[in-house]
Amino acid sequence: MTATTPLWEVFIRPRNGLAHKHVGSLHAADEVMALQAARDVYTRRGEGNSIWVVPSAAITASDPDQTAENFEPTADKIYRHPTFYEIPDEVGHM
Amino acid sequence: MAVFDALLELADDHLILGHRLSEWCGHAPMLEEDLAMPNMGLDLIGTARTLYDHAGKLEGKGRSEDDLAYLRGEREYRNCLLVERPNEDFAHTMLRQFYFAAFMRPYWLAALNSTDEVVRGVAGKAEKEMAYHIRHAGEWVIRLGDGTEESAARIRDAVEALHIYVDELFDSSDAAQEAEAAGLLPVRADLRATWDRTVAEVFAEALLEQPTAAYAQRGGRQGIHNETLGHLLAEMQVVHRAHPGARW
Repeated sequence: MTATTPLWEVFIRPRNGLAHKHVGSLHAADEVMALQAARDVYTRRGEGNSIWVVPSAAITASDPDQTAENFEPTADKIYRHPTFYEIPDEVGHM
Repeated sequence: MAVFDALLELADDHLILGHRLSEWCGHAPMLEEDLAMPNMGLDLIGTARTLYDHAGKLEGKGRSEDDLAYLRGEREYRNCLLVERPNEDFAHTMLRQFYFAAFMRPYWLAALNSTDEVVRGVAGKAEKEMAYHIRHAGEWVIRLGDGTEESAARIRDAVEALHIYVDELFDSSDAAQEAEAAGLLPVRADLRATWDRTVAEVFAEALLEQPTAAYAQRGGRQGIHNETLGHLLAEMQVVHRAHPGARW
């Protein structure tokens, strides 16, 4: 099954102006069928207006063993969070 | 009543093919197609519902879409024979879908100019759905035809089995001819060139040849069906007939 229909990661953009977000994965023989399958599996309830599919094998992921050294050092740097000023409503999505 | 009969033929095509696709639910070769086929089936059943409802109102005898779908027998069903053909395997199902959508897309595009407002409304929605069905089923026909030895043999078998049902798509019954003359529905025979072109393009990529039909099987519009339709209707109608008037 996976030899003829490899795994693809699916990204959907819910609306114009927003970024594509990862929604899941699926099996398909090639990129054309992967896009159609993504449309059929992940956009049945009006979830979006644009789809990206990426071969899962093309994704380089961070090493779970390095989670501590990658992510924990940011925990005490609260000055990086933009919480010290108010964002005007007119700005919309940040 | 010609308009009623003509709309019923069209609605029956959509309901029966929609039901055939629904038979794959839970049985498809892969999860992705287990959603794709019922998705297409729901497109067709949605179209059938609007057409039944409209036909029932024009008839003026108080028959609802449920009455028309669930309380008519085999001889009263006027769908073309192509849509009732059994699913057989995935290749048969995809080719049948491709043939039907390749006909219905230009049909609905032409129906955008119908004199009937409801038909125009259905056409606007359905032509997009049919464009997708052509694309999805067409891509599968290409991959099956230009795939493995087994997939190529299966799609060739499907072409062999289904091509005698193609010509009936382009026939217009007396009722349909009246509706066509009134500008309510498109003239079926006019769509042949577009259908031929759509199929030729996909078949070229699929390494398939279109056989010339030695004869064409007809009869659906007169209510003369293959025995498989009786089985389909029995399954589709059993709940409604066992519990008349039941509601969700």
